[in-house]
Amino acid sequence: MSETNNKSLNLCSPTGGQGAFAYTLHLADNALILGQRNAEWCGHGPVLEQDIAITNISLDLIGQARNFYQYAVTLYNNFNAEEKEVVDHLLPRLWKTYDRELQEDDLAFLRDEHQYLNLLITELPKGDWAQTILRQFFFSAFQFYQYQQLQKSTDEQLAAIAEKSLKETSYHLRWSSEWVIRLGDGTEESNSRINNALNELWMFTGELFQNAGFECGDYATDVSNLKEAWNKKVEEVFVEATIPSPSQDGEGQGVRWFQSGGKEGRHTEHLGYLITEMQYLQRVYPNATW
Amino acid sequence: MVSVHEIWKMLQEVKDPEIPVLSVIDLGIVRDVQLTPLSKPHPASPPSLREKEKGNESNLGEGEGVRITITPTYSGCPAMDVISMDIRLKLIEKGYRNVKIQQQLSPAWTTDWMSEEGKKKLKEYGIAPPNPKQQFCKEEIFMEEAVQCPRCNSHRTKLISQFASTACKSMYRCLDCIETFDYFKCH
Repeated sequence: MSETNNKSLNLCSPTGGQGAFAYTLHLADNALILGQRNAEWCGHGPVLEQDIAITNISLDLIGQARNFYQYAVTLYNNFNAEEKEVVDHLLPRLWKTYDRELQEDDLAFLRDEHQYLNLLITELPKGDWAQTILRQFFFSAFQFYQYQQLQKSTDEQLAAIAEKSLKETSYHLRWSSEWVIRLGDGTEESNSRINNALNELWMFTGELFQNAGFECGDYATDVSNLKEAWNKKVEEVFVEATIPSPSQDGEGQGVRWFQSGGKEGRHTEHLGYLITEMQYLQRVYPNATW
Repeated sequence: MVSVHEIWKMLQEVKDPEIPVLSVIDLGIVRDVQLTPLSKPHPASPPSLREKEKGNESNLGEGEGVRITITPTYSGCPAMDVISMDIRLKLIEKGYRNVKIQQQLSPAWTTDWMSEEGKKKLKEYGIAPPNPKQQFCKEEIFMEEAVQCPRCNSHRTKLISQFASTACKSMYRCLDCIETFDYFKCH
């Protein structure tokens, strides 16, 4: 583990582009893993309209992931041998046997668990509707501010993907905010469920604002700067939803300690199960197309 | 020798697979059309394996080329791949084999790029056309947008679902004629 850690910390090399490669993977992984998770609701939503809503959000996220993976592939294929070596630990072993250029699907479907750089909150089980909603709200609010800043990235392609994705993300944020309020300010049952979800999820929100080694160049957004706006948004929606506001300093309902590690490839046990299902086809039938 | 104008005209025959009354021009997703000069294969650098595999990316040496730039409506819109293929097929049908289609993300597509003709066709098809973005596209929660019923023109309508049959539409009900209808949401 410590080896993986050191390697990702060493990735910061804004001019060489290797840092940007890992960063792009991180952004792609966030969107892919949450998209895959939300897709589990397909055919199982509480009502038809919301089944369609959550799967539409999945679709947007997977579309964003594709844009990032496509860009990561372009970056990698233009690296020289030395640059390729620096990011070698992030590339799928199976692909290395294929003897062809890297493609977007290789990154999505052939990497091992520890090579994923997504935030832990995206990989947690879908839980009940309240947990899915609250996670989506926390994530969409974060992604909204992150993409807003990323539009100013010195990397033109990352800025363009952010600009494109931001419009969809604002829909996700609006939809999930409304649902947090509906559940919080709804019935006794819905209120207790959203509070349970808060207890489950809050410890995973600290990681959102911790910069990883690859978030150091001008191409990246400093996530620690997003915390204030995010807290304000959460506070605003929670007041309306009559959900007690968790504090971050250990007072009141909050927790003293936050989970982290996803951005360095250290994941919860849930990610392995998710990618086993997601990668099944490409593992069993390598290079299958349809 | 074909003019750029003629290519734009040909593209009017390429329809959105999900909303077949709209052409890709009506939708506003075609950003640029360029003619590229005669290209010859470079004997010194054989096409890479990837180019060979994809095959359709570059048909070098087939005479005058056409380069079309399109922009996706939504990042995950599954219609985009079909649209790219339909554009290619339409141009092949018209005799252009050397076609390159590239995707451009910025500036991001907006429903304000949809043609007036397109909005009219949408309404006739039973889908409420997008409201102008500046006045109506807001992020505030629980905002009710005044959407006109495409059947009876009433403004007494109610949002049923922010997401509907495709990512680009939401669902409304008219309180006067009681019909439900799709609204192409402003984006």
